[in-house]
Amino acid sequence: MSMVKLTINNIPVEVPEGTTILWAAKKAGFTIPTLCHHPDLTPGGQCGICVVEIEGIPGLKRSCMTPAADGFKVKTHTPRVMATRRQLVELILSNHDTECLTCVKNNNCELQKLAATVGINTLDYGNALKEKLPIDRSSVAIVRDPNKCILCGRCIEVCSRVQTVNALAVNHRGFDTVITTAFNAGLGNSVCINCGQCVVHCPVGALYEKSAVDEVWDAIHDPDKFVVVQEAPAVRVQLGEEFDMPTGSLVSGKMHAALRRLGFDAVLETNFTADLTILEEGTELIGRLTSGKNLPLITSCSPGWIKFMETFFHDMIPHMSTAKSPQQMFGALAKTYYAEAKGIDPAKIVSVSVMPCTAKKFECLRPEMNASGHRDVDYVLTTRELGRMMREAGLDIREMPDEPADDLLGDYTGAATIFGATGGVMEAAVRSAYRLVTGRELEDVEIKPVRGLKGIKEAEIDIDGTKVKVAVAHSCGQARALLDKVRDQIAKDGKSEYQFIEVMACPGGCVGGGGQSWGSNIAKRARRGESLYEEDRSLPWRRSHENPSVQALYEKYLEKPNSEKAHKLLHTHYYKRSTVDGKVLPNK
Amino acid sequence: MDREAILKKFEPNLSNILYIMHDLQDTNPERYLAKEDIEACADYLNVPYSYVHSVASFYTMFSLKPRGRNIIRLCESPPCHLMGAHSLLDYLKGSLKVDVGGTTKDGMFTLELTSCLGACGVAPAMMLNEEMFGNLTPEKVDAILDKRRKEI
Repeated sequence: MSMVKLTINNIPVEVPEGTTILWAAKKAGFTIPTLCHHPDLTPGGQCGICVVEIEGIPGLKRSCMTPAADGFKVKTHTPRVMATRRQLVELILSNHDTECLTCVKNNNCELQKLAATVGINTLDYGNALKEKLPIDRSSVAIVRDPNKCILCGRCIEVCSRVQTVNALAVNHRGFDTVITTAFNAGLGNSVCINCGQCVVHCPVGALYEKSAVDEVWDAIHDPDKFVVVQEAPAVRVQLGEEFDMPTGSLVSGKMHAALRRLGFDAVLETNFTADLTILEEGTELIGRLTSGKNLPLITSCSPGWIKFMETFFHDMIPHMSTAKSPQQMFGALAKTYYAEAKGIDPAKIVSVSVMPCTAKKFECLRPEMNASGHRDVDYVLTTRELGRMMREAGLDIREMPDEPADDLLGDYTGAATIFGATGGVMEAAVRSAYRLVTGRELEDVEIKPVRGLKGIKEAEIDIDGTKVKVAVAHSCGQARALLDKVRDQIAKDGKSEYQFIEVMACPGGCVGGGGQSWGSNIAKRARRGESLYEEDRSLPWRRSHENPSVQALYEKYLEKPNSEKAHKLLHTHYYKRSTVDGKVLPNK
Repeated sequence: MDREAILKKFEPNLSNILYIMHDLQDTNPERYLAKEDIEACADYLNVPYSYVHSVASFYTMFSLKPRGRNIIRLCESPPCHLMGAHSLLDYLKGSLKVDVGGTTKDGMFTLELTSCLGACGVAPAMMLNEEMFGNLTPEKVDAILDKRRKEI
């Protein structure tokens, strides 16, 4: 790789060709302030905050999209540069709703930080926002406040390029420019899959989850209610970040302790039903491999992916696993098996889940998710919302003791915990499928080719001579590419080269979900994933079928995987959806 | 002409998006792009629905709301302004009983403003649909609109 030499504020620095001035400056020890820039996204240069002066080049250059070149003499904080930055921030603030104290992003806002960084102390332009635009509350998962939007375009970049969903776009122009859905119909009346990637990429408070915090507090404080809580695998490697712990800190035990102290009556585990998912889905896989029908089998844990598939790939519905996601399996069991075993009236149970995900809020409200005869999951909290509740209750995760989850739906294996990373469901499924097919245990349980953050990962698994070709995609853009290929193969040859496919809607899998802490990026997602693999290694059981509580559940209640009762409680069906408004289409 | 026939006139290339939308709008008796038009265009060009809407909303020549059967576009550029476009606008608002962007009760006219029409020599100027009129006075505008009313 050829290198270029330049100076940043007279400090010489050498960087690979193609490096932007922004990164070259970082190497020289200067952090140039940015606003629209995000390390995972293509620089668009919308905001202009990162401008610098380059000797001999007229005008100011945007450092995020100007490659460093040999001999450049760059100045990053000349009077002209600093005055320009202040002016740009003031202009952005002049049509921004600056009610920071009541904003969901208060203390976490990149614009707020930037205003402090560049030293804004007056607003000479005043505020041009005369009439506020209506806040879009049409979605059950995501709220969009156009008055907070600074038109940086990050949400559109993730929605259109990374996820290929295209719910949001820039509409109108000039002062009337607004990022919104077509005909301003609202996210709830669009193809939005509720993945929340726009939320975790938004620098300001223009996009956020529809909060369930108040409802959950009400349930906790209602003496007539028995409030159970489940936590997804990816939450335990992220919650620490809400309390300034290093990225990816594993806090499973502290999380249980904190939930108990918040007042939940039973602290249980989504990881328990992740193990259960593997037995249901693994059995389904073996059935399909045996019959040769509807291959490849495609996983169904990610509700963002489910809505994406229903909208853009509904011809693939027969390939989908009918197994519900772990969240919904838990919900169905909490108000049946658990209620019966504990002698609690299921009508009095309030079922709460803590998820790294905004799409789970949509999933729990799907009309068919009432297998228990009640709403299976009542409220979904994102990891961020749990952090908020803990702060409100004066709890700091760092000060919590390590406590186990409660019984019946609380045990979990390493196979369950890796669900939170892309490739984890695949790996967990293979660990148990091997046993189901051969009757023997897979000795080396670590299936490395399906790990990591490569867009589409492939592997060939040898199950006692039977070769199973698998693929793993994370982010809907990658899923689209993979599924297009599968669709073509089926059209051409009548079958696909793959037998089993895992899809997660979010980049990195659930660790990169739309419900995780603000300021997510690929490096953080990777670190969180590694922590899940660390927990997997540390657990006594690493194969889902080894989970004693899952074994007990089958013995006492469900009989066997894919039994009639299991089908009623743990399996679901899918719909075709419109590419215009995302609504269910009538069955023709 | 129905939507299908309009679309078929063009190759399904993204470069045709503006031509297609113009044709769809002109064919619509309410002179606008309806949801169904945006949807048909998106399907035909195999691009997202939100993208087509985004393009349509960017250009002032497209309307996403129903309009009258005739579109008045009064030039609001400085030369026309100096030559009395402003008072002409007040006159039009009063006689048609509409605001800018509004449509008369009988659905006959929609009043819009436009940037320079390149007819500064005959300012103030306006367009009625595809036709240009200059050296306007209130009397002249009345005559133009009356004539149009009678033609329909």
